[in-house]
Amino acid sequence: MPPEPLLAVDRLRVEFPTRRGTLVAVHDVSFEIARGEVLGVVGESGAGKSITGAAIIGLVDPPGRIAAGEIRLDGRRIDDLPPGQMRKVRGREIGAVFQDPLTSLNPLYTVGRQIVETIRTHLPLGEGEARARAIALLEEVGIPAAERRIDHYPHQFSGGMRQRVVIALALAAQPKLIIADEPTTALDVSIQAQIIQVLKGLCRDHHTAVMLVTHDMGVIAETADRVAVMYAGRIVEVGPVADVIHRPRHPYTVGLMGSIPSIGATVERLAQIDGTMPRLDAVPDGCAFHPRCPRAIGRCRTGRPELVALGSTSAACWLADAADGAAP
Amino acid sequence: MSDLLVRLVDVARTFDVSPPLLNRVLERKPRVLLKAVDGVSLSIRRGETLGLVGESGCGKSTVARLIVGLYAPTRGRIEYDGVVLAGDGAALADDARLRRARRSMQMIFQDPYASLNPRWRVSDIVAEPLVVQDAALPRDEVDGRVETLLAQVGLAAADGSKYPHQFSGGQRQRISIARALATEPAFLVCDEPTSALDVSVQAQVLNLMRDLQRRLGLTYLFISHNLAVVHHIADRVGVMYLGRIVELAPTARLFGNPHHPYTRMLLDAVPDLRMTGSSRTAVAGEVPNPLDPPPGCAFHPRCPHADDRCRREAPSLRAVEGDGEVACHAVEQGRLPARVAPVRTV
Repeated sequence: MPPEPLLAVDRLRVEFPTRRGTLVAVHDVSFEIARGEVLGVVGESGAGKSITGAAIIGLVDPPGRIAAGEIRLDGRRIDDLPPGQMRKVRGREIGAVFQDPLTSLNPLYTVGRQIVETIRTHLPLGEGEARARAIALLEEVGIPAAERRIDHYPHQFSGGMRQRVVIALALAAQPKLIIADEPTTALDVSIQAQIIQVLKGLCRDHHTAVMLVTHDMGVIAETADRVAVMYAGRIVEVGPVADVIHRPRHPYTVGLMGSIPSIGATVERLAQIDGTMPRLDAVPDGCAFHPRCPRAIGRCRTGRPELVALGSTSAACWLADAADGAAP
Repeated sequence: MSDLLVRLVDVARTFDVSPPLLNRVLERKPRVLLKAVDGVSLSIRRGETLGLVGESGCGKSTVARLIVGLYAPTRGRIEYDGVVLAGDGAALADDARLRRARRSMQMIFQDPYASLNPRWRVSDIVAEPLVVQDAALPRDEVDGRVETLLAQVGLAAADGSKYPHQFSGGQRQRISIARALATEPAFLVCDEPTSALDVSVQAQVLNLMRDLQRRLGLTYLFISHNLAVVHHIADRVGVMYLGRIVELAPTARLFGNPHHPYTRMLLDAVPDLRMTGSSRTAVAGEVPNPLDPPPGCAFHPRCPHADDRCRREAPSLRAVEGDGEVACHAVEQGRLPARVAPVRTV
């Protein structure tokens, strides 16, 4: 029997009831994350990647709700926990890093107080021990003069340093899993590289698994072990990162890769996927990608393909075998 | 007709960010000046795309706004098509040549959600520059032009009667481009035009911009923090750091053989698809506070090659062997080791 995954998401469905009907933001999404593994989740805005992350930490904003499916952490079901118990899981077992470090930190408290509070909420440590641990954490994420900086307020840190504080906060209670939602999007390129390195290094050292949600394929390429590509609320392709990038099977992944300009290659025109992702209230029948797909056939308009394993990767496409190696 | 379309000579722009007068008097706080652009000289040739890259706060957007006249420079000279727009001998505001020059340059902004009036129909948005120019233009002529402009950017004539909220981000950016093209400009200043878009839509907009350039012979100043996008679209690239241009060179030279330590650092920091699982050497340090820039070369606190001279004296842009210009003492003195380019398999 293969070892039990750290996180198992099974046929997750997240709905948002509105006056004009129910919108399904996440549709039958299933995936697993092994201990210490980095799973990248990519997709364009509205693909459902952030909502999937929010569902795992129990932070889907009402009226949104998990309508079906199961989320298991270490074999224990966590999607149906009452809010009080979920609060204990959040922080202790699952840490979170969001896009904007300024909104994840309380501007009225020093960063030290926020880290100490998190540590003492989840771990049986005294004030002094917790403070010592907070300083150690700040040093670990690369904040210079941590003993002094611990008493500073968030506004006294730069954007990159603030994101380091948020990472320290996420790691404070030694969680097994971190959900990182666009952790580098708000940062400049040179700072981005630093933050990715910190996140990657720490998670390796602490054997923490990461679900890295981003629209930046470059960040995924160098950080993730496996990657899941989402489109219109579903996973359309999932597999080891090198395979998905170099030999994408799904036409959407093929188009996505071709549309990213690269410094390594000079092309006259970028491959473009015409049209845009459908709105949640107008997802087409059959394969949601068929109106934009250059290879769509009759079957794509009527029947929805399931994720099928093709060697190391899985793709949800009727033509997945034929699309093999079609990368531009 | 000269080959040069735009020329900036030693242009600077300072913003006064001092505390209010009362605080200055009572608390004896000093005046605070922010040098957003500090002595930038560059020229743009007809029909080319000049890319301008740099991290936030480096002054690239201020350069764009100076050129189109949204800001007046504190110092220096800006010329467009032989007309002096700002600086010594600037054309007077009612000079017909100045009006023609202004009409011939347009700007495309980053956020297509903020740059289109949500209460106006698309056809009115696109028609506005035409009507502003010539209020006597007959309505049916305006309508005809709007239809052509929408078709040019890949929108249907029927889209003209819709409102901006009915469009996605990429389509809105097409509307912005149609509006910018309304006055038949020769020069477009594009300030992060694709930064708010998803990658697949970004590819559509970049392809459209390139097609339009070919078809209409446009000249672009393309500003972006995304090096891969600039590499794709630009003929020449300028790299800015804290209000100054540190390196300016043809695209292939800049990306293939970057000279300035900052350019090298930026290029190393870009995550690349083709480098799965590789780790990069992240560069230490962050951009200093522009209110209190370091003396000498502004990059010296982060530069592995800095020496005493770099800490004292700011380098100026000088032509280098091969192609382009670099502002770096180490490059000038030949102290910089040849760069070992990261191996990228294409």
